[in-house]
Amino acid sequence: MAGLEECEANLVVYLHPSKAKCADDAILSELSSLLFTYNETFGGVVLAYDPKIRSNLAKILPGVYPFFGVQLKAKLLLFNPKPDMVLEGEVVKLTPHSIHAVVLGFSSAVIADDDIRDEFKHKSKSGEEVYFSRTNRKHKIKVGTILRFSVKSFDEEILHISGSLLAHHTGCARWLDKNLDEWSRADSTATKRATGDGKQENDRLMIDGETSLQNDEQIVKSKKRRKGHT
Amino acid sequence: MGAPDMDELCFTDSELDLHVRNALNAAIQGDCDFYNQLVAVIHHKERLSAEEVALLVTCLKAVAGAVSCIHIVHHRSLLAAILGMSLWDYGTDVMDALVELLVSLASSNGEYVDLCLEMLVVNFMPPDTPYYASNFMELLKQPRGLSKKTQVLDRVHSTLKDISNVVPLSPLRLEKILRDQMPKIFTKEPIMAMYVENMLRLESGAMGELVGSTVLVTIMDRLIELDVEIAWEDILQDDFHKGIFDMELEDFEGSADHIEQDGYELTREALIQRFFCGNLVAEKLDSLMVLTFEHLKSCFENGRLVQVYEILLQSFQKTVLTAYKSKFAQFVMFYACSLDPENCGQMLANALIDIFVGGVNPEWRMSSVAYLASYLARAKCIPVSFVAAILERVVNWCFSYCKNQDGDINPKAHKVFYAGCQATMYVLCFRMKQMLAVPRLKSQLQLMRIDDILGHPLRPLQVCLPSIVEEFLRLAKANHIFSLPETPDDHGLLESEHSRVFGGIERLDMFFPFDPCLLRKCDRYIRPNYVYWSMVRSTYDEDDEEGTSDEDIADAYDHGNGISIPDDGSDRSYDEGNSDADEFDCALDKMSITPRDSSHKFGGRMQRFVQMPSKIRPSMSPESL
Repeated sequence: MAGLEECEANLVVYLHPSKAKCADDAILSELSSLLFTYNETFGGVVLAYDPKIRSNLAKILPGVYPFFGVQLKAKLLLFNPKPDMVLEGEVVKLTPHSIHAVVLGFSSAVIADDDIRDEFKHKSKSGEEVYFSRTNRKHKIKVGTILRFSVKSFDEEILHISGSLLAHHTGCARWLDKNLDEWSRADSTATKRATGDGKQENDRLMIDGETSLQNDEQIVKSKKRRKGHT
Repeated sequence: MGAPDMDELCFTDSELDLHVRNALNAAIQGDCDFYNQLVAVIHHKERLSAEEVALLVTCLKAVAGAVSCIHIVHHRSLLAAILGMSLWDYGTDVMDALVELLVSLASSNGEYVDLCLEMLVVNFMPPDTPYYASNFMELLKQPRGLSKKTQVLDRVHSTLKDISNVVPLSPLRLEKILRDQMPKIFTKEPIMAMYVENMLRLESGAMGELVGSTVLVTIMDRLIELDVEIAWEDILQDDFHKGIFDMELEDFEGSADHIEQDGYELTREALIQRFFCGNLVAEKLDSLMVLTFEHLKSCFENGRLVQVYEILLQSFQKTVLTAYKSKFAQFVMFYACSLDPENCGQMLANALIDIFVGGVNPEWRMSSVAYLASYLARAKCIPVSFVAAILERVVNWCFSYCKNQDGDINPKAHKVFYAGCQATMYVLCFRMKQMLAVPRLKSQLQLMRIDDILGHPLRPLQVCLPSIVEEFLRLAKANHIFSLPETPDDHGLLESEHSRVFGGIERLDMFFPFDPCLLRKCDRYIRPNYVYWSMVRSTYDEDDEEGTSDEDIADAYDHGNGISIPDDGSDRSYDEGNSDADEFDCALDKMSITPRDSSHKFGGRMQRFVQMPSKIRPSMSPESL
């Protein structure tokens, strides 16, 4: 899935002297405090980390409390959706005016009715809400469907995504994967040019929200950033 | 009231949605007519007629359909009107429409999540309007008020759940809001109790895993805040404790008949009243503790007590243990341990001994060993073998400490050591009989280096509280268990010069955290698993009789000196208000609170063993501070 990237960061974690006995745990808990929050230094939301401590030597800061800085290299998994990226999420709620999905289990995404293309029509059948496509009756969006949508905006504070289903390559991920020909034919050449073929290639690699890492070159980028942490 | 047009118009749902959207969009352009009417409808909350209710519901639903058009800057007045609504002011129709709108609003844009959650949390309590502020208590007693409460709170909780389904990170925000909105300690009791009730409901609900630890920690923090609000002087007013103590002597000497006499009844009642009625904070604390106890009980029944307890224990170590002589809040731990002594009790004892043995801050170490001693002495359901094992660790630490010391008495420098010694003696005062009854434990006790420690040149016997030392020596002598040096001379003294010094400014020498609980409602929960000094003392009356069997001792632990204390708290019905109150009074008689004047000798020398303080006041005299 787009929006995920792995990076390698050189960090210095400053620990309180009381943590000297259990520096490893203290480092992990410091890193855990980064999880699920947007971090400007890394340019994304940290989802996972894998630290490697570079040496046993730590630099002690002069001061009333002699904090000590441990240098480490950490592999971080970052999530940073940008406008027009294509993401996938599980639909949790449908209303006549909106579709609500959860991306990667933590980030909420909403698609307002203005951003749902006219092809989709809302229907409530015996209490069960469903969006179905007028052109392809089998293309349906229900609660539990894995939805592929493009990003309109991303609220970094609460990690809220506003999405859109206007493009033809968005909708129920399973249907899109199975019926590649139909929607790519329907897709106008203009849209193709705008989104780019590479992106569609990339999209095809994912099934059910899981990221396939076969195409490493596109997904994994290495970044070296430095961060001072107190 | 606005919106005359709306009354007359006839719309379908989708048309209405469209109108509201247009109104919202027009307001951004500067045309606010319809928008203002909409705000006015939502604002109107008093004495709504059926038509007005219908109009309000329709408007709320229409706004819910148009949330994507709401803009946080341009539609501030609309948002303020919606978020200013209180579920308590409306019937179920409006409530349903409102919570639906909140879910839509919270899920439409990240900016609204906090606002919606905050509004729901505010609805934990009735609004601060004159109507609710004055009638709230009466209202809650009536079926109408109760059903209102259920209606509102059920919706609040289900909505929080719905929001978290759509916005998975909302519990993270909720944690902070729960902490911030928690009523301050001076809030009225029913309001505060209601908030805590709701927090605990969240903890046991679907979101418990996510917000549970914050909830428990926040509640513990509030308990300790209330606790420190109650000054020691409030509990230990001169005549108050003197009166209790006098009655204890009466009670000890003879029969329960004395207590029944009118004169005593009056005085005692008056004394309890004096502590309680003047003390709103104590009442508040009492109710909150009871709510917490009930919650722990339900956790125990659902098999998740250990999980909750782990959080409590962490919070206990951070707040209660480090607070200056907490008086009541620690009974939350005691109660949890009495529910599950196997797991919780052992976790508490192990955590405390770890702090005592390996802690950094000497005050915390002393305080933790005081908690440990008090717990081991007072908790009825912990096995004696476990008491012996923990005691051995305390003794071993003390032994290895004094082995390396060769100085003379120095209460200040070796205060942790003296605290350890005092704790050992205190536990043995309560448990020695039980240990000696089991041959294996007896030999374990004899193998501990207690004689070496107490006979060391640091002379703990002269430094620890004379009342404890004396009782301990009397017991040791009677049972021929330790070979100890001569008793110090200061018979009958509660505290000595040395003990004051080692206790330091905090008087940790006088700290017995699990002394009988003075909170009336809490006491009912604590008592079934509590060991009163009178219960232990009664076993010593049989000293002369040969071959006291285990059963006798067990009996004495169950039926102490005339009060019957059931083995199993669950058999008891806590609703029997009158009988419980009587029992509580009766138990208060069993506390011997020492007189304020420490030089005053209570009890004659003949009855010295009665003097074991089951409730010791801290010295509040200026010179000791």
